[in-house]
Amino acid sequence: MSRKLTIKAFKYNPLSKISKPHFVTYELEETPFMTVFVCLTLIREKMDADLSFDFVCRAGICGSCAMMINGVPKLACKTLTKDYEDGVIELMPMPAFRHIKDLSVNTGEWFEDMCKRVESWVHNEKETDISALEERIEPEVADETFELDRCIECGICVASCATKLMRPNFIGATGLLRTARYLQDPHDHRSIEDFYELVGDDDGVFGCMSLLACEDNCPKNLPLQSKIAYMRRQLVAQKNK
Amino acid sequence: MNIQYSDALVIGGGLAGLRAAIEVAKSGQSVTLLSICPVKRSHSAAVQGGMQASLGNGAKGEGDNEDLHFADTVKGSDWGCDQEVARMFAQTAPKAVRELAAWGVPWTRVTKGPRTVVINAQKTVIEEKEEAHGLINARDFGGTKKWRTCYIADATGHCMLYGVANEAIKHQVKIIDRMEAVRIIHDGKKCLGVIARDLINGQLIAYIARGTMIATGGYGRIYKQTTNAVICEGTGAAIALETGLCRLSNMEAVQFHPTPIVPSGILLTEGCRGDGGILRDVDGYRFMPDYEPEKKELASRDVVSRRMMEHIRKGKGVKSPYGDHLWLDISILGRAHVEKNLRDVQDICKTFNGIDPADEGPKGWAPVLPMQHYSMGGIRTKPTGESQWLDGLFACGEAACWDMHGFNRLGGNSCAETVVAGMIIGDYFAQYCKNNGEVVDTNIVKEFLSKEYQYLKSLVDKEGKYNVFEIKNRMKEIMWDKVAIFRTGEGLKEAVDELEKLYKDSQDVKVHCKELDCANPELEEAYRVPRMLKIALCVAYGALLRTESRGAHYREDYPKRDDLNWMKRTNTYWVEGETLPRVEYEELDIMKMEMPPAFRGYGAKGNIIENPLSEKRQAEVDAIREKMEAEGKSRYEIQDALMPYELQAKFKKPNQRIGVDYE
Ligand SMILES: Cc1cc2nc3c(=O)[nH]c(=O)nc-3n(C[C@H](O)[C@H](O)[C@H](O)COP(=O)(O)OP(=O)(O)OC[C@H]3O[C@@H](n4cnc5c(N)ncnc54)[C@H](O)[C@@H]3O)c2cc1C
Ligand code: SF4
Ligand code: FES
Repeated sequence: MSRKLTIKAFKYNPLSKISKPHFVTYELEETPFMTVFVCLTLIREKMDADLSFDFVCRAGICGSCAMMINGVPKLACKTLTKDYEDGVIELMPMPAFRHIKDLSVNTGEWFEDMCKRVESWVHNEKETDISALEERIEPEVADETFELDRCIECGICVASCATKLMRPNFIGATGLLRTARYLQDPHDHRSIEDFYELVGDDDGVFGCMSLLACEDNCPKNLPLQSKIAYMRRQLVAQKNK
Repeated sequence: MNIQYSDALVIGGGLAGLRAAIEVAKSGQSVTLLSICPVKRSHSAAVQGGMQASLGNGAKGEGDNEDLHFADTVKGSDWGCDQEVARMFAQTAPKAVRELAAWGVPWTRVTKGPRTVVINAQKTVIEEKEEAHGLINARDFGGTKKWRTCYIADATGHCMLYGVANEAIKHQVKIIDRMEAVRIIHDGKKCLGVIARDLINGQLIAYIARGTMIATGGYGRIYKQTTNAVICEGTGAAIALETGLCRLSNMEAVQFHPTPIVPSGILLTEGCRGDGGILRDVDGYRFMPDYEPEKKELASRDVVSRRMMEHIRKGKGVKSPYGDHLWLDISILGRAHVEKNLRDVQDICKTFNGIDPADEGPKGWAPVLPMQHYSMGGIRTKPTGESQWLDGLFACGEAACWDMHGFNRLGGNSCAETVVAGMIIGDYFAQYCKNNGEVVDTNIVKEFLSKEYQYLKSLVDKEGKYNVFEIKNRMKEIMWDKVAIFRTGEGLKEAVDELEKLYKDSQDVKVHCKELDCANPELEEAYRVPRMLKIALCVAYGALLRTESRGAHYREDYPKRDDLNWMKRTNTYWVEGETLPRVEYEELDIMKMEMPPAFRGYGAKGNIIENPLSEKRQAEVDAIREKMEAEGKSRYEIQDALMPYELQAKFKKPNQRIGVDYE
């Protein structure tokens, strides 16, 4: 049995002099396994060509489509309409990021900045000879690095974070996870002192108040809290040295 | 008037564009990279299965080398590829994987000792060598002699893309996202850069450089059923076409992948079958061994896709509201394997279809149907990556027809191509930017800028008759109904006619929101859809004219591969103001091939109209090989005598492997 869905979407164009923030309601027929991606595509094609939102992969892997869905930050392409019992779904752009228009926010610039702040690349003095055998890595160690490499930069943990709202320069769980990822990777020769330089302050690992929403909402189920705690222990030890 | 200068300009921030940009940055030049989306969201992130490179570390990869990788690639291409390029590629691929490893890409590694794998639906124990422990592992993929596909669970592309993007940030590549290239600036001979539109504030900016590279990925979204991301609309290739100079080649060579899930079209990686998963029909019967006794589910993609459709046509499909489909069964691999190595596949099945593929029996089977997957065709280039028709324009990755895939690319060869081409072409590109360019006539740039502004203004001002979304959806349906896996002359003719009419209609659409100075999704469609239609027309028209079947291009009315008449590449170009592309052909020279055309080893035998030159060339090749082997020459020397190819020394160096060293 199909039912009617009511989608309420936030609309606002900060670049327009006349635009005012408001909600627009759209009604559509639900289909089996319908996602918010499918809804928004239909709305744009049939009801409101001007509605702005972001999707790329529509498969839950690229991190483009995070938005507030009934108050919770989620990947819209992976959100099924059937999970909303009354069929009413309210969509808002994520806070904490620069608003572009309607449901679209600028996660790209935030994450590029984060990557630069934590120097999110392998630091290594060696010149690699790419014709020669690769460095051997213990299989479990490679697997563990992969576990921490799975962040898709969707920004959900950032939008979930109360600390971030109070402290705009806070690096967020994702930034701290990134430091843990490189600390774990044997290719990266940075020491714990080096990481202390990058995130050993209140905008970094000491700013976290352990409210846990980041980990609860992360679509990749990344171990954010345990990694933040781990980094904190490492860096506290460093501080007290 | 906003004009931005840099030494090099790269359009597209997938694996290809980013890797090429790094090569330029390493040469000490400034490089600007534009992308529609944040670069880490590029479609390259979707690569699940992995990347081919003949490291030969694992037990099932033992004895692998560039020669085998080259041979598989040429066969896979159904002899449509440029063999010199395939050689350049196979030689550089191991270096690309190793470089990525050094950049922190966490490739799955070999663990010494016995391990259980599923081969041909049977649990089998293989023993990994002590000396391979800790080196990069590889899995099996379709159409390859050895297990050669390096991987990271089923998130290979994600890790590769992040590794490369982070390295680009480190090398200070100037990345500008939400910036769409909409026009190539040129003076009729030389490319000067592009006009781009800022997708946040609508501003038009001219990006000028000594050299410009297009790495904008594929054009899958011209099809209704596709595994491609929603941004894979082929507009990068289209703006090259619109110069009227550049050629798009082999556009009819469109790959269909056997196992996207129904109905969303999200891909379940070939790794599913590579790791031992099987296909079943409505009766739960495993049908592939009946059609392809030797390679079964792991014949090349075009073959498996056609066999599946053939089986469905025999009434063996499973009925569903979305049409008939078949089943993919990976539960036979065991829950532990699925949960570790096919985690994203499991997640996709659960989220989008409510199925846990690790569940045994029909409960865990996933509904699958072949869909559009990859664009073998693209902007034609020389082996250096430069366009033959427009100086200073390079192309790389899926957007290009560098032509190592011919008419069918092998799984795992595409993300390998992106990074390998990023290295090789990136280096040629960097050299070009160093040695060329300089004085740009700003009058030309200004002219292009104002013309573009006028064009966009005319789009919003026009009180047109048509709705752009309806045109777009109709195009997708036509492509899916008439230019897909099975093609006929009649259907293709209808498709071309209807697409041409749609193209004309697309000049007369109505855009409701009139604002030019902000994100305006309808306006964006209004300028993209005519470009997509041009791409669609190149595909359909090329397919109509190619009266043979080769690789993924399958003509029911011409089921044979015709080496006598069709050893050639289709080159399409577009004359401004016309409503159809023009076509010319480029011959492939059998007498220069290291591997002259022969049977592919899968699909129906005897389905070739032979070219007598094949036999002649084969005799030559055999004679040279026999003589040189008798003289004790190395495989490198023999290769060089058969088909010499150019490649930068740093990439041409031999690759070290365990057991054989640099042999
Ligand atoms: C679901 C799926 C799974 C796959 N799995 C595998 C696999 O296992 N192994 C394998 O080898 N291959 C695989 N492939 C193929 C492979 O992913 C692609 O061929 C490859 O990633 C293409 O990379 P690219 O750099 O050429 O382009 P993309 O990664 O598509 O990047 C294109 C870039 O261009 C930008 N862009 C596009 N148009 C414009 C414009 N007009 N202006 C500015 N920027 C623009 C985009 O923003 C993006 O940054 C898979 C493909 C799919 C669809
Ligand atoms: S850590 Fe999780 S929630 Fe945060 S950006 Fe990465 S994937 Fe998204
Ligand atoms: S569109 Fe890629 S995660 Fe949703």
